[in-house]
Amino acid sequence: MSSTRREFLIKSAQGVALAATGGLVWAYLLKQQANAAAFAIRPPGARVADDFNTKCIKCGQCVRACPFDTLKLAHTGDAVPIGTPYFVPRDIPCYMCEDIPCMNACPTGALDPGLADIADARMGQAVIDIENCLSWQGLRCEICHRECPLTDKAITVEHNPRRISKHAMFVPLVHSDACTGCGICEKACPTDEAAIRVVQPELVRGRIGEHYRLGWKNDAGITEDFDPGRPEAAPPAAPTGLDYLNEGGL
Amino acid sequence: MTDTGPPRLGPNGRPVRHFVMPGSLGGRLRVWRFIIYRRLVQVGLLVLFFGTAHWGWNVFGRPLLQGNLSASEVLGIIPMADPFAVLQITLGGVVLNPEVWLGAAIVLGAYGLIGGRTWCAWVCPINMVTDGAAWLRRRLGVSDIFHVSRNLRYSVLVLSLVLSVLMGVAAFEWISPIAILHRELLYGIGMGWVAVLGILLFDLLVLRHGWCGHLCPLGAFYALVGRVALVRVAFDTPTCTHCGDCARVCPEPQVLNLRQASEAGMIASGECTNCGRCITVCPEDTLAFALRPRIDAPAGGTNHRQVHT
Repeated sequence: MSSTRREFLIKSAQGVALAATGGLVWAYLLKQQANAAAFAIRPPGARVADDFNTKCIKCGQCVRACPFDTLKLAHTGDAVPIGTPYFVPRDIPCYMCEDIPCMNACPTGALDPGLADIADARMGQAVIDIENCLSWQGLRCEICHRECPLTDKAITVEHNPRRISKHAMFVPLVHSDACTGCGICEKACPTDEAAIRVVQPELVRGRIGEHYRLGWKNDAGITEDFDPGRPEAAPPAAPTGLDYLNEGGL
Repeated sequence: MTDTGPPRLGPNGRPVRHFVMPGSLGGRLRVWRFIIYRRLVQVGLLVLFFGTAHWGWNVFGRPLLQGNLSASEVLGIIPMADPFAVLQITLGGVVLNPEVWLGAAIVLGAYGLIGGRTWCAWVCPINMVTDGAAWLRRRLGVSDIFHVSRNLRYSVLVLSLVLSVLMGVAAFEWISPIAILHRELLYGIGMGWVAVLGILLFDLLVLRHGWCGHLCPLGAFYALVGRVALVRVAFDTPTCTHCGDCARVCPEPQVLNLRQASEAGMIASGECTNCGRCITVCPEDTLAFALRPRIDAPAGGTNHRQVHT
């Protein structure tokens, strides 16, 4: 009796150990796959990475719906989760069809059907390598600006006067509030390696921090309050030592 | 069987007869007919998907069969989706479009009627790989390294659902060699052939029918679905001589439990893939495809099966 119970316990423990080992290896594979998304530029309407990774059923219907053959389905072994759609803007960018056929082909909603205007798509974010941008070196290029489907919204050209004896520069600037990440600029860039590239915004975008107050951008004037809506806090006790600089005394 | 001694008698009193492969081409084609039909269906579906994707096949301007086995659309109207993938994705913690739910329901309903694992034998592209491995294994006389329970696949099934909840992604769908092979056949070959080769070698050298018969959680899922199925392999008890040829050729021989088959008048297990190989190798024509409502279970396993045709 006790030997069968012992056997049962051992068998159970073995089963649990097998499942746990298999589960851990499997989970590790999945985690690695999910993290492989860092550089993938997704089709328009793609949800945030976690949601997209869960929802995408890898059927490739978006790939076939794209009239420009922009989208690819990640092969096993690519640095993009297996079977999910992505595109390489330097090869074929997104030409921003108004009817967004890829999004409409998606059966699961991994490409959010709520995207009504392709100009609201945020596939990525164009960034300029100013050390290799022809315009930033003083040549007249501005090809990205002219090719951009949202010219003067997503990319503007700023006039940048230089010192005497050197001519002015006309430099392109990307505006993240309008850039869709379509990558047409990257495709058009004439340098050997594109000097303007589409990347995932979180890879390059900074965040100022809420405690900075840009007074020159705020017509309402500089407030001492961090949050004007909040009731006035009692004035702090007399600051001690050097710390008074941090207490808003100036 | 040796020629010496009296012939062994089956339980029906008739001498046990073994299957002999017919010499003529027509006879061989007849024995192989279900294999041929299955390959036609498997390859035909692939061609339909491929033709729609790459050659723009359409009917009245509507794409014929768009997508792949994970999710697809027939004529741009009827959605279809892999119910197991949809289940995993949902357990991953998102709400899917109604379209894909309808697609999963359609597929689930279809396989609930024709037998869940009909998918395995008649549609799944990996089946051609594992059948190839089994054929090679017979030719080369490879023996198993170890034995594991065929119920292991249900553990893998549970594990894939648990992992889907924990990891927030469809656990099996993300590593499924079935999806990988089918996708890469349609959208270009990547490193997926490594996974396919792995399955071939595993089935060939490690474990007989290792992938489909022991591990695949999708097969386990469809085995559960197929328990209620209407299309069945009917079993005509009195003609059976218990020669065992059906079990020798069956990729899931545990379903050919002849006592249970006599009682039910058919192969009732959900694990039967409806591949039809047992039907063509039976020297007595004891087995045949039939619809469940038309199969009358013989009382006590002695009466004749009545298949109304």
